[in-house]
Amino acid sequence: MEREITATKELIVNMGPQHPATHGVLRLVLDVDGERIIKCTPYVGYLHRGIEKLSEDLTYVQALPLTDRLDYLASAANNIGFCVAIEKLLGLEVPPRAKFIRTIMGEMARICSHLVWIATHALDIGAMTVFLYAMRDREVFLDLFEMVTGARMTVSYPRVGGVRCDVNNEFLDKLYKFIETFPEKVVEYETLIDQNRIWLKRTKGVGIITAEEAINWGLTGPTLRGSGVYYDVRKFFPYDAYDKVDFEVPLGKNCDVYDRYKCRMLEFRQSARIIKQCIDKLPEGPILANEAMKIRMPSAPVKIDKKDIQVEIYIDDKAIEEFVQKYSEVYASVEVPKGELGFYVVCDGTAKPYRLRLRSPSFVHAGALKKLCEGGLVADVIANIGSIDLVLGECDR
Amino acid sequence: MQSSDIVNLLKEKFSKEILCTVYFRGDCTIIIKRDKAKEILKFLKETPSLDFDYLIDVTGVDYMGARQPRFNVVYHLMSIKNANRIRVKVEVPEEDCWVETVSDLWATANWHERECFDMFGIEFKGHPDLRRILMPEDWEGYPLRKDYPVGSDLGDKEWKTFKDILQQTKERA
Repeated sequence: MEREITATKELIVNMGPQHPATHGVLRLVLDVDGERIIKCTPYVGYLHRGIEKLSEDLTYVQALPLTDRLDYLASAANNIGFCVAIEKLLGLEVPPRAKFIRTIMGEMARICSHLVWIATHALDIGAMTVFLYAMRDREVFLDLFEMVTGARMTVSYPRVGGVRCDVNNEFLDKLYKFIETFPEKVVEYETLIDQNRIWLKRTKGVGIITAEEAINWGLTGPTLRGSGVYYDVRKFFPYDAYDKVDFEVPLGKNCDVYDRYKCRMLEFRQSARIIKQCIDKLPEGPILANEAMKIRMPSAPVKIDKKDIQVEIYIDDKAIEEFVQKYSEVYASVEVPKGELGFYVVCDGTAKPYRLRLRSPSFVHAGALKKLCEGGLVADVIANIGSIDLVLGECDR
Repeated sequence: MQSSDIVNLLKEKFSKEILCTVYFRGDCTIIIKRDKAKEILKFLKETPSLDFDYLIDVTGVDYMGARQPRFNVVYHLMSIKNANRIRVKVEVPEEDCWVETVSDLWATANWHERECFDMFGIEFKGHPDLRRILMPEDWEGYPLRKDYPVGSDLGDKEWKTFKDILQQTKERA
Protein backbone atom coordinates (compact mmCIF):
# COMPACT_ATOMS: atom_id res chain seq x y z
CA MET A 1 0.00 0.00 0.00
CA GLU A 2 1.35 3.38 -1.00
CA ARG A 3 1.79 5.90 1.71
CA GLU A 4 -0.08 9.15 1.27
CA ILE A 5 2.13 12.16 1.33
CA THR A 6 0.79 15.11 3.23
CA ALA A 7 2.21 18.44 2.33
CA THR A 8 1.84 21.69 4.19
CA LYS A 9 1.53 24.87 2.20
CA GLU A 10 0.12 28.32 2.51
CA LEU A 11 -3.49 28.66 1.59
CA ILE A 12 -5.40 31.61 0.25
CA VAL A 13 -8.83 32.02 1.78
CA ASN A 14 -11.31 34.40 0.26
CA MET A 15 -13.58 35.89 2.89
CA GLY A 16 -16.48 37.79 1.46
CA PRO A 17 -17.85 39.87 -0.20
CA GLN A 18 -20.89 37.84 0.81
CA HIS A 19 -20.18 36.83 4.35
CA PRO A 20 -22.63 37.35 7.16
CA ALA A 21 -20.03 38.51 9.63
CA THR A 22 -18.49 41.19 7.47
CA HIS A 23 -21.40 43.56 8.08
CA GLY A 24 -21.83 44.30 4.41
CA VAL A 25 -19.86 43.73 1.28
CA LEU A 26 -16.30 43.63 2.54
CA ARG A 27 -13.89 41.17 1.00
CA LEU A 28 -10.76 39.98 2.72
CA VAL A 29 -8.20 37.82 1.00
CA LEU A 30 -6.29 35.93 3.65
CA ASP A 31 -3.04 34.09 3.16
CA VAL A 32 -3.09 31.53 5.93
CA ASP A 33 -0.59 29.11 7.29
CA GLY A 34 -2.79 26.72 9.18
CA GLU A 35 -4.92 28.92 11.41
CA ARG A 36 -2.51 31.80 11.43
CA ILE A 37 -2.86 34.74 9.06
CA ILE A 38 0.27 35.73 7.20
CA LYS A 39 -1.22 38.37 4.99
CA CYS A 40 -4.56 40.09 4.91
CA THR A 41 -5.67 42.19 1.95
CA PRO A 42 -8.99 44.01 2.28
CA TYR A 43 -10.95 44.90 -0.85
CA VAL A 44 -13.60 47.58 -0.65
CA GLY A 45 -15.68 49.45 -3.18
CA TYR A 46 -18.57 47.04 -3.75
CA LEU A 47 -20.99 49.63 -2.42
CA HIS A 48 -19.48 52.64 -4.16
CA ARG A 49 -22.22 54.97 -5.31
CA GLY A 50 -20.16 58.00 -6.13
CA ILE A 51 -21.69 60.27 -3.51
CA GLU A 52 -18.82 62.76 -3.88
CA LYS A 53 -19.34 63.00 -7.61
CA LEU A 54 -23.12 63.11 -7.36
CA SER A 55 -23.12 65.97 -4.88
CA GLU A 56 -21.11 68.11 -7.29
CA ASP A 57 -24.19 68.07 -9.48
CA LEU A 58 -26.68 68.87 -6.71
CA THR A 59 -27.29 71.98 -4.65
CA TYR A 60 -26.24 72.05 -1.01
CA VAL A 61 -29.80 71.26 0.10
CA GLN A 62 -30.20 68.43 -2.37
CA ALA A 63 -26.93 66.87 -1.29
CA LEU A 64 -28.10 66.50 2.31
CA PRO A 65 -30.16 63.29 1.84
CA LEU A 66 -27.15 61.64 0.24
CA THR A 67 -25.36 61.85 3.57
CA ASP A 68 -28.09 59.65 5.08
CA ARG A 69 -26.78 56.86 2.93
CA LEU A 70 -23.29 56.95 4.37
CA ASP A 71 -23.62 55.35 7.74
CA TYR A 72 -27.22 54.22 7.47
CA LEU A 73 -27.29 53.08 11.08
CA ALA A 74 -26.77 56.62 12.35
CA SER A 75 -28.06 58.85 9.60
CA ALA A 76 -28.81 61.80 11.88
CA ALA A 77 -25.17 62.05 12.89
CA ASN A 78 -24.06 62.24 9.25
CA ASN A 79 -26.63 64.91 8.45
CA ILE A 80 -25.35 66.98 11.34
CA GLY A 81 -21.83 66.68 10.02
CA PHE A 82 -22.84 67.96 6.61
CA CYS A 83 -24.80 70.84 8.11
CA VAL A 84 -21.96 71.80 10.44
CA ALA A 85 -19.60 71.96 7.47
CA ILE A 86 -21.88 74.13 5.33
CA GLU A 87 -22.62 76.40 8.30
CA LYS A 88 -18.92 76.86 8.82
CA LEU A 89 -18.55 77.71 5.14
CA LEU A 90 -21.32 80.29 5.27
CA GLY A 91 -20.48 81.57 8.74
CA LEU A 92 -24.01 80.82 9.93
CA GLU A 93 -24.91 80.96 13.60
CA VAL A 94 -27.39 78.26 14.58
CA PRO A 95 -30.07 79.13 17.19
CA PRO A 96 -29.44 77.49 20.58
CA ARG A 97 -32.61 75.42 20.57
CA ALA A 98 -31.66 73.86 17.26
CA LYS A 99 -28.21 73.12 18.61
CA PHE A 100 -29.61 71.23 21.57
CA ILE A 101 -32.12 69.31 19.46
CA ARG A 102 -29.33 68.30 17.12
CA THR A 103 -27.20 67.14 20.00
CA ILE A 104 -30.06 64.98 21.23
CA MET A 105 -30.50 63.51 17.76
CA GLY A 106 -26.81 62.93 17.32
CA GLU A 107 -26.58 61.05 20.60
CA MET A 108 -29.70 59.02 19.84
CA ALA A 109 -28.05 58.05 16.59
CA ARG A 110 -24.93 57.06 18.49
CA ILE A 111 -26.89 54.83 20.85
CA CYS A 112 -28.75 53.27 17.90
CA SER A 113 -25.55 52.56 16.07
CA HIS A 114 -23.82 51.15 19.12
CA LEU A 115 -26.82 48.92 19.77
CA VAL A 116 -26.54 47.41 16.31
CA TRP A 117 -22.82 47.10 16.92
CA ILE A 118 -23.15 45.21 20.20
CA ALA A 119 -25.89 43.04 18.71
CA THR A 120 -23.89 41.97 15.67
CA HIS A 121 -20.51 41.91 17.35
CA ALA A 122 -21.76 39.60 20.09
CA LEU A 123 -23.63 37.48 17.57
CA ASP A 124 -20.49 37.04 15.50
CA ILE A 125 -18.51 35.89 18.48
CA GLY A 126 -21.26 33.57 19.59
CA ALA A 127 -23.48 35.35 22.10
CA MET A 128 -26.97 35.26 20.65
CA THR A 129 -29.04 36.71 23.46
CA VAL A 130 -27.55 40.19 23.41
CA PHE A 131 -28.79 40.59 19.87
CA LEU A 132 -32.41 40.27 20.99
CA TYR A 133 -31.97 42.66 23.91
CA ALA A 134 -30.26 45.30 21.79
CA MET A 135 -32.79 45.11 18.97
CA ARG A 136 -35.61 45.45 21.48
CA ASP A 137 -34.19 48.74 22.76
CA ARG A 138 -33.20 50.04 19.34
CA GLU A 139 -36.83 49.76 18.34
CA VAL A 140 -37.73 52.39 20.95
CA PHE A 141 -35.20 54.81 19.50
CA LEU A 142 -36.35 54.21 15.96
CA ASP A 143 -39.92 54.91 17.03
CA LEU A 144 -38.75 58.12 18.64
CA PHE A 145 -36.98 59.12 15.43
CA GLU A 146 -40.18 58.41 13.52
CA MET A 147 -42.16 60.59 15.92
CA VAL A 148 -40.13 63.67 15.08
CA THR A 149 -38.83 63.13 11.58
CA GLY A 150 -41.32 60.72 10.02
CA ALA A 151 -38.56 58.31 9.12
CA ARG A 152 -36.97 55.50 11.09
CA MET A 153 -33.63 55.13 9.37
CA THR A 154 -32.83 57.83 6.84
CA VAL A 155 -34.05 60.85 8.73
CA SER A 156 -32.68 63.88 6.80
CA TYR A 157 -33.75 65.87 9.80
CA PRO A 158 -31.17 68.59 10.40
CA ARG A 159 -31.02 71.50 7.98
CA VAL A 160 -28.26 73.95 7.21
CA GLY A 161 -28.85 76.56 9.90
CA GLY A 162 -31.02 74.49 12.21
CA VAL A 163 -33.44 71.59 12.08
CA ARG A 164 -36.46 70.86 9.93
CA CYS A 165 -39.20 70.85 12.57
CA ASP A 166 -39.52 71.36 16.27
CA VAL A 167 -39.77 68.58 18.83
CA ASN A 168 -42.85 68.39 21.03
CA ASN A 169 -43.22 67.62 24.72
CA GLU A 170 -44.64 64.18 24.09
CA PHE A 171 -41.42 63.21 22.37
CA LEU A 172 -39.26 64.74 25.06
CA ASP A 173 -41.20 63.03 27.87
CA LYS A 174 -41.02 59.67 26.20
CA LEU A 175 -37.32 60.04 25.47
CA TYR A 176 -36.53 61.25 28.98
CA LYS A 177 -38.40 58.38 30.57
CA PHE A 178 -36.59 55.85 28.44
CA ILE A 179 -33.18 57.40 28.78
CA GLU A 180 -33.46 57.37 32.58
CA THR A 181 -33.79 53.61 32.53
CA PHE A 182 -31.29 53.12 29.74
CA PRO A 183 -28.14 52.72 31.88
CA GLU A 184 -29.85 49.75 33.58
CA LYS A 185 -30.40 48.23 30.17
CA VAL A 186 -26.72 48.57 29.39
CA VAL A 187 -26.04 46.65 32.59
CA GLU A 188 -28.36 43.97 31.24
CA TYR A 189 -26.23 43.56 28.14
CA GLU A 190 -23.10 43.53 30.20
CA THR A 191 -24.30 40.84 32.58
CA LEU A 192 -24.76 38.60 29.57
CA ILE A 193 -21.24 38.88 28.25
CA ASP A 194 -18.96 40.82 30.56
CA GLN A 195 -18.00 37.85 32.73
CA ASN A 196 -18.64 35.27 30.07
CA ARG A 197 -15.59 33.08 29.79
CA ILE A 198 -15.97 32.54 26.05
CA TRP A 199 -16.40 36.25 25.45
CA LEU A 200 -13.27 37.07 27.41
CA LYS A 201 -11.27 34.42 25.57
CA ARG A 202 -12.37 35.73 22.23
CA THR A 203 -11.76 39.41 22.94
CA LYS A 204 -8.97 39.82 25.50
CA GLY A 205 -5.56 40.23 23.93
CA VAL A 206 -6.98 40.01 20.42
CA GLY A 207 -6.39 42.62 17.72
CA ILE A 208 -3.89 44.67 19.66
CA ILE A 209 -2.91 48.03 18.22
CA THR A 210 -0.79 50.35 20.33
CA ALA A 211 -1.49 54.06 20.76
CA GLU A 212 1.28 55.16 18.37
CA GLU A 213 0.22 52.67 15.76
CA ALA A 214 -3.42 53.65 16.13
CA ILE A 215 -2.52 57.29 15.48
CA ASN A 216 -0.29 56.30 12.59
CA TRP A 217 -3.09 54.27 11.01
CA GLY A 218 -5.49 57.19 11.46
CA LEU A 219 -8.01 55.45 13.65
CA THR A 220 -10.67 57.58 15.30
CA GLY A 221 -13.60 57.22 17.64
CA PRO A 222 -13.91 54.38 20.14
CA THR A 223 -11.47 52.34 18.06
CA LEU A 224 -8.74 54.88 18.78
CA ARG A 225 -9.81 55.49 22.35
CA GLY A 226 -9.66 51.77 23.06
CA SER A 227 -5.92 52.23 22.67
CA GLY A 228 -5.92 54.95 25.29
CA VAL A 229 -5.56 58.01 23.05
CA TYR A 230 -7.61 60.93 24.24
CA TYR A 231 -9.13 62.30 21.09
CA ASP A 232 -12.77 63.12 20.61
CA VAL A 233 -13.99 65.72 18.12
CA ARG A 234 -16.74 66.69 20.54
CA LYS A 235 -14.11 67.79 23.05
CA PHE A 236 -11.36 69.00 20.73
CA PHE A 237 -13.41 70.97 18.22
CA PRO A 238 -16.84 71.34 19.84
CA TYR A 239 -19.85 71.78 17.61
CA ASP A 240 -23.56 72.07 18.39
CA ALA A 241 -24.16 72.03 22.15
CA TYR A 242 -21.31 69.77 23.20
CA ASP A 243 -19.48 72.60 24.91
CA LYS A 244 -22.54 73.21 27.10
CA VAL A 245 -22.98 69.70 28.45
CA ASP A 246 -20.91 67.60 30.80
CA PHE A 247 -19.58 64.29 29.65
CA GLU A 248 -16.54 62.13 29.89
CA VAL A 249 -14.56 60.41 27.19
CA PRO A 250 -13.99 56.78 28.14
CA LEU A 251 -10.53 55.46 27.40
CA GLY A 252 -9.19 51.94 27.14
CA LYS A 253 -5.85 50.65 28.31
CA ASN A 254 -5.01 47.29 26.79
CA CYS A 255 -5.53 48.27 23.13
CA ASP A 256 -7.46 45.07 22.37
CA VAL A 257 -10.93 44.10 21.18
CA TYR A 258 -12.17 43.93 24.77
CA ASP A 259 -11.13 47.50 25.57
CA ARG A 260 -12.78 48.81 22.44
CA TYR A 261 -15.91 46.97 23.50
CA LYS A 262 -15.62 48.45 26.97
CA CYS A 263 -15.23 51.98 25.56
CA ARG A 264 -18.42 51.69 23.58
CA MET A 265 -20.31 50.29 26.56
CA LEU A 266 -19.23 53.31 28.59
CA GLU A 267 -20.19 55.60 25.73
CA PHE A 268 -23.75 54.32 26.00
CA ARG A 269 -23.91 55.80 29.48
CA GLN A 270 -22.26 59.06 28.45
CA SER A 271 -24.69 59.45 25.55
CA ALA A 272 -27.60 58.88 27.90
CA ARG A 273 -26.11 61.50 30.20
CA ILE A 274 -25.78 64.02 27.37
CA ILE A 275 -29.36 63.49 26.19
CA LYS A 276 -30.65 63.95 29.72
CA GLN A 277 -28.76 67.21 30.16
CA CYS A 278 -29.91 68.47 26.78
CA ILE A 279 -33.55 67.87 27.62
CA ASP A 280 -33.09 69.60 30.98
CA LYS A 281 -31.42 72.61 29.42
CA LEU A 282 -33.42 72.78 26.18
CA PRO A 283 -34.02 76.50 25.57
CA GLU A 284 -37.02 78.06 23.85
CA GLY A 285 -36.68 79.97 20.62
CA PRO A 286 -36.42 79.55 16.88
CA ILE A 287 -35.16 76.34 15.32
CA LEU A 288 -33.77 77.75 12.09
CA ALA A 289 -31.41 80.67 11.52
CA ASN A 290 -32.90 83.55 9.54
CA GLU A 291 -30.11 83.56 7.00
CA ALA A 292 -30.70 79.87 6.38
CA MET A 293 -33.44 80.69 3.88
CA LYS A 294 -31.00 82.00 1.34
CA ILE A 295 -29.38 78.64 0.88
CA ARG A 296 -32.71 76.83 0.70
CA MET A 297 -33.60 78.38 -2.65
CA PRO A 298 -32.83 75.85 -5.38
CA SER A 299 -30.52 78.00 -7.46
CA ALA A 300 -29.40 80.69 -5.06
CA PRO A 301 -25.65 81.21 -5.38
CA VAL A 302 -23.63 80.92 -2.21
CA LYS A 303 -21.91 84.24 -1.60
CA ILE A 304 -18.85 84.27 0.58
CA ASP A 305 -17.74 87.66 1.84
CA LYS A 306 -14.29 88.40 0.45
CA LYS A 307 -13.37 90.20 3.65
CA ASP A 308 -13.51 86.92 5.56
CA ILE A 309 -10.70 85.50 3.47
CA GLN A 310 -7.25 86.63 4.46
CA VAL A 311 -4.59 85.87 1.92
CA GLU A 312 -0.86 86.24 2.21
CA ILE A 313 1.04 85.73 -1.01
CA TYR A 314 4.76 85.09 -1.10
CA ILE A 315 5.31 84.86 -4.84
CA ASP A 316 4.80 87.21 -7.75
CA ASP A 317 1.56 85.82 -9.10
CA LYS A 318 -1.59 87.92 -9.49
CA ALA A 319 -3.72 84.99 -10.60
CA ILE A 320 -3.31 83.10 -7.38
CA GLU A 321 -5.06 85.75 -5.31
CA GLU A 322 -8.16 85.70 -7.51
CA PHE A 323 -8.03 81.93 -7.42
CA VAL A 324 -7.97 81.56 -3.64
CA GLN A 325 -10.63 84.26 -3.30
CA LYS A 326 -12.94 82.42 -5.65
CA TYR A 327 -12.53 78.93 -4.26
CA SER A 328 -13.17 79.14 -0.55
CA GLU A 329 -12.82 75.93 1.40
CA VAL A 330 -13.48 74.57 4.86
CA TYR A 331 -12.98 71.34 6.69
CA ALA A 332 -15.36 70.48 9.48
CA SER A 333 -15.77 67.20 11.27
CA VAL A 334 -18.11 65.62 13.75
CA GLU A 335 -17.88 62.62 16.01
CA VAL A 336 -20.18 60.04 14.47
CA PRO A 337 -20.56 56.67 16.26
CA LYS A 338 -17.73 55.17 14.20
CA GLY A 339 -15.25 57.98 14.61
CA GLU A 340 -14.45 61.26 12.93
CA LEU A 341 -16.56 62.04 9.89
CA GLY A 342 -15.01 64.97 8.08
CA PHE A 343 -16.43 67.12 5.33
CA TYR A 344 -14.06 69.08 3.14
CA VAL A 345 -16.08 71.52 1.06
CA VAL A 346 -14.77 73.67 -1.78
CA CYS A 347 -17.20 76.39 -2.77
CA ASP A 348 -16.86 78.31 -6.03
CA GLY A 349 -19.70 80.76 -5.36
CA THR A 350 -22.41 78.84 -7.22
CA ALA A 351 -25.34 76.98 -5.72
CA LYS A 352 -23.55 73.64 -5.97
CA PRO A 353 -20.48 72.46 -4.10
CA TYR A 354 -17.41 72.49 -6.33
CA ARG A 355 -15.98 69.56 -4.43
CA LEU A 356 -17.35 67.68 -1.47
CA ARG A 357 -14.96 65.29 0.16
CA LEU A 358 -16.11 62.84 2.80
CA ARG A 359 -13.48 61.60 5.17
CA SER A 360 -15.21 58.54 6.52
CA PRO A 361 -13.95 56.67 9.56
CA SER A 362 -14.95 53.25 8.24
CA PHE A 363 -12.75 53.67 5.18
CA VAL A 364 -9.73 54.38 7.35
CA HIS A 365 -10.59 51.57 9.75
CA ALA A 366 -11.00 49.08 6.91
CA GLY A 367 -7.50 50.01 5.80
CA ALA A 368 -6.21 49.25 9.28
CA LEU A 369 -7.77 45.77 9.26
CA LYS A 370 -4.57 44.55 7.63
CA LYS A 371 -2.65 45.68 10.66
CA LEU A 372 -5.13 44.20 13.12
CA CYS A 373 -5.52 40.80 11.51
CA GLU A 374 -2.03 39.87 10.42
CA GLY A 375 -0.38 37.47 12.80
CA GLY A 376 -3.68 36.54 14.39
CA LEU A 377 -6.01 33.60 13.92
CA VAL A 378 -8.70 33.25 11.28
CA ALA A 379 -11.42 33.22 13.93
CA ASP A 380 -10.18 36.53 15.30
CA VAL A 381 -10.78 38.29 12.01
CA ILE A 382 -14.47 38.31 12.86
CA ALA A 383 -13.78 39.76 16.29
CA ASN A 384 -11.59 42.44 14.72
CA ILE A 385 -14.15 43.43 12.12
CA GLY A 386 -16.73 43.73 14.85
CA SER A 387 -14.48 45.76 17.09
CA ILE A 388 -13.79 48.48 14.52
CA ASP A 389 -17.51 48.77 13.86
CA LEU A 390 -17.41 48.79 10.10
CA VAL A 391 -20.25 50.09 7.95
CA LEU A 392 -19.59 49.64 4.28
CA GLY A 393 -22.02 52.29 3.13
CA GLU A 394 -19.77 54.83 4.75
CA CYS A 395 -16.59 53.12 3.70
CA ASP A 396 -17.36 52.98 -0.01
CA ARG A 397 -19.49 56.12 -0.24
CA MET B 1 0.69 77.47 18.88
CA GLN B 2 -1.14 79.80 16.50
CA SER B 3 -1.41 78.83 12.87
CA SER B 4 0.42 82.02 11.90
CA ASP B 5 3.39 80.83 13.99
CA ILE B 6 3.40 77.56 12.11
CA VAL B 7 3.45 79.45 8.83
CA ASN B 8 6.33 81.59 10.06
CA LEU B 9 8.30 78.55 11.06
CA LEU B 10 7.75 77.02 7.66
CA LYS B 11 8.66 80.23 5.91
CA GLU B 12 11.97 80.36 7.71
CA LYS B 13 12.83 76.85 6.66
CA PHE B 14 11.28 76.63 3.19
CA SER B 15 11.00 80.22 2.00
CA LYS B 16 10.98 79.39 -1.70
CA GLU B 17 8.50 76.56 -1.51
CA ILE B 18 5.47 78.31 -0.08
CA LEU B 19 3.22 80.06 -2.56
CA CYS B 20 0.61 81.53 -0.28
CA THR B 21 -1.41 81.07 2.88
CA VAL B 22 -5.12 81.53 3.31
CA TYR B 23 -7.02 82.04 6.54
CA PHE B 24 -10.72 81.43 6.33
CA ARG B 25 -13.17 80.66 9.18
CA GLY B 26 -10.36 79.62 11.44
CA ASP B 27 -8.88 77.21 8.90
CA CYS B 28 -5.32 77.78 7.80
CA THR B 29 -4.37 76.68 4.30
CA ILE B 30 -0.82 76.60 3.02
CA ILE B 31 -0.31 76.21 -0.71
CA ILE B 32 3.12 74.83 -1.57
CA LYS B 33 5.14 73.74 -4.57
CA ARG B 34 5.45 70.08 -5.34
CA ASP B 35 9.21 69.60 -5.27
CA LYS B 36 9.74 69.65 -1.53
CA ALA B 37 6.20 68.75 -0.49
CA LYS B 38 7.26 65.61 1.27
CA GLU B 39 10.03 67.37 3.14
CA ILE B 40 7.60 70.00 4.36
CA LEU B 41 5.11 67.38 5.51
CA LYS B 42 7.88 65.51 7.23
CA PHE B 43 9.02 68.70 8.90
CA LEU B 44 5.46 69.32 10.13
CA LYS B 45 5.29 65.81 11.50
CA GLU B 46 8.64 65.57 13.14
CA THR B 47 9.25 69.01 14.60
CA PRO B 48 8.51 68.57 18.30
CA SER B 49 6.84 71.95 18.77
CA LEU B 50 4.48 71.34 15.83
CA ASP B 51 3.93 67.61 16.26
CA PHE B 52 1.43 67.00 13.49
CA ASP B 53 1.34 63.30 14.20
CA TYR B 54 -2.09 62.64 12.82
CA LEU B 55 -2.94 62.64 9.13
CA ILE B 56 -6.67 63.14 8.86
CA ASP B 57 -7.09 62.98 5.13
CA VAL B 58 -5.45 63.07 1.73
CA THR B 59 -7.55 64.01 -1.24
CA GLY B 60 -7.49 65.83 -4.53
CA VAL B 61 -9.29 68.74 -6.13
CA ASP B 62 -9.56 69.33 -9.85
CA TYR B 63 -9.49 73.03 -10.83
CA MET B 64 -9.95 72.42 -14.54
CA GLY B 65 -9.86 75.63 -16.51
CA ALA B 66 -9.56 77.80 -13.42
CA ARG B 67 -5.97 77.36 -12.52
CA GLN B 68 -2.66 76.09 -13.83
CA PRO B 69 -1.42 73.64 -12.49
CA ARG B 70 -4.71 71.85 -12.70
CA PHE B 71 -4.77 69.60 -9.64
CA ASN B 72 -4.30 70.10 -5.94
CA VAL B 73 -3.49 67.34 -3.53
CA VAL B 74 -4.87 68.31 -0.16
CA TYR B 75 -3.47 67.06 3.13
CA HIS B 76 -5.30 67.65 6.38
CA LEU B 77 -3.01 67.34 9.36
CA MET B 78 -3.79 67.43 13.02
CA SER B 79 -1.76 67.54 16.17
CA ILE B 80 -3.46 65.65 18.95
CA LYS B 81 -1.19 67.21 21.55
CA ASN B 82 -1.80 70.82 20.49
CA ALA B 83 -5.36 70.22 19.29
CA ASN B 84 -4.96 72.11 16.05
CA ARG B 85 -5.42 71.38 12.40
CA ILE B 86 -3.73 72.61 9.27
CA ARG B 87 -4.34 72.13 5.58
CA VAL B 88 -1.48 71.77 3.12
CA LYS B 89 -2.18 71.94 -0.60
CA VAL B 90 0.27 70.81 -3.22
CA GLU B 91 -0.10 71.98 -6.80
CA VAL B 92 0.16 69.22 -9.39
CA PRO B 93 0.15 69.86 -13.15
CA GLU B 94 -1.90 67.68 -15.49
CA GLU B 95 0.80 66.54 -17.89
CA ASP B 96 3.28 65.51 -15.20
CA CYS B 97 0.83 64.18 -12.69
CA TRP B 98 2.60 62.92 -9.61
CA VAL B 99 3.49 63.67 -6.00
CA GLU B 100 5.66 61.77 -3.61
CA THR B 101 3.90 59.35 -1.33
CA VAL B 102 3.68 59.99 2.40
CA SER B 103 2.54 56.47 3.22
CA ASP B 104 5.89 55.81 4.88
CA LEU B 105 5.28 58.73 7.25
CA TRP B 106 1.67 57.90 8.02
CA ALA B 107 0.33 54.40 7.37
CA THR B 108 -3.16 55.80 6.93
CA ALA B 109 -2.04 57.65 3.79
CA ASN B 110 -1.82 54.34 1.95
CA TRP B 111 -5.53 54.03 1.28
CA HIS B 112 -6.18 57.74 0.94
CA GLU B 113 -3.55 57.95 -1.77
CA ARG B 114 -4.94 54.94 -3.51
CA GLU B 115 -8.33 56.59 -3.55
CA CYS B 116 -6.87 59.82 -4.86
CA PHE B 117 -5.15 57.88 -7.64
CA ASP B 118 -8.38 56.05 -8.38
CA MET B 119 -10.46 59.21 -8.58
CA PHE B 120 -8.05 61.73 -10.11
CA GLY B 121 -5.31 59.71 -11.74
CA ILE B 122 -2.60 61.38 -9.68
CA GLU B 123 0.38 59.11 -9.28
CA PHE B 124 1.98 58.79 -5.86
CA LYS B 125 5.62 58.04 -6.41
CA GLY B 126 7.00 55.39 -4.12
CA HIS B 127 3.62 54.11 -3.04
CA PRO B 128 3.89 50.40 -2.17
CA ASP B 129 0.60 49.31 -3.67
CA LEU B 130 -0.92 51.86 -6.04
CA ARG B 131 -4.08 50.22 -7.38
CA ARG B 132 -7.65 51.32 -7.85
CA ILE B 133 -9.58 50.96 -4.65
CA LEU B 134 -13.23 51.96 -5.01
CA MET B 135 -13.69 51.54 -8.75
CA PRO B 136 -13.21 48.16 -10.49
CA GLU B 137 -9.63 47.54 -11.46
CA ASP B 138 -10.28 47.69 -15.22
CA TRP B 139 -12.26 50.91 -15.05
CA GLU B 140 -11.35 53.56 -17.59
CA GLY B 141 -11.11 57.22 -16.71
CA TYR B 142 -10.92 59.04 -13.42
CA PRO B 143 -14.40 59.73 -12.05
CA LEU B 144 -13.81 62.83 -9.94
CA ARG B 145 -12.11 64.81 -12.69
CA LYS B 146 -14.26 67.63 -13.90
CA ASP B 147 -14.23 66.43 -17.50
CA TYR B 148 -15.73 63.09 -16.48
CA PRO B 149 -19.52 63.09 -16.95
CA VAL B 150 -21.84 62.67 -13.97
CA GLY B 151 -24.61 60.98 -15.92
CA SER B 152 -24.58 57.36 -16.98
CA ASP B 153 -24.69 58.27 -20.66
CA LEU B 154 -21.24 56.93 -21.31
CA GLY B 155 -21.97 55.32 -24.69
CA ASP B 156 -19.02 53.27 -25.80
CA LYS B 157 -17.23 53.95 -22.59
CA GLU B 158 -19.37 51.41 -20.75
CA TRP B 159 -17.43 49.29 -18.35
CA LYS B 160 -15.91 46.50 -20.41
CA THR B 161 -16.17 43.72 -17.86
CA PHE B 162 -19.85 44.42 -17.49
CA LYS B 163 -20.30 44.16 -21.25
CA ASP B 164 -18.45 40.85 -21.29
CA ILE B 165 -20.59 39.48 -18.50
CA LEU B 166 -23.76 40.54 -20.34
CA GLN B 167 -22.48 38.87 -23.48
CA GLN B 168 -21.66 35.68 -21.66
CA THR B 169 -25.07 35.45 -20.03
CA LYS B 170 -26.72 35.94 -23.40
CA GLU B 171 -24.65 33.21 -24.94
CA ARG B 172 -25.43 30.79 -22.15
CA ALA B 173 -29.19 31.45 -22.23
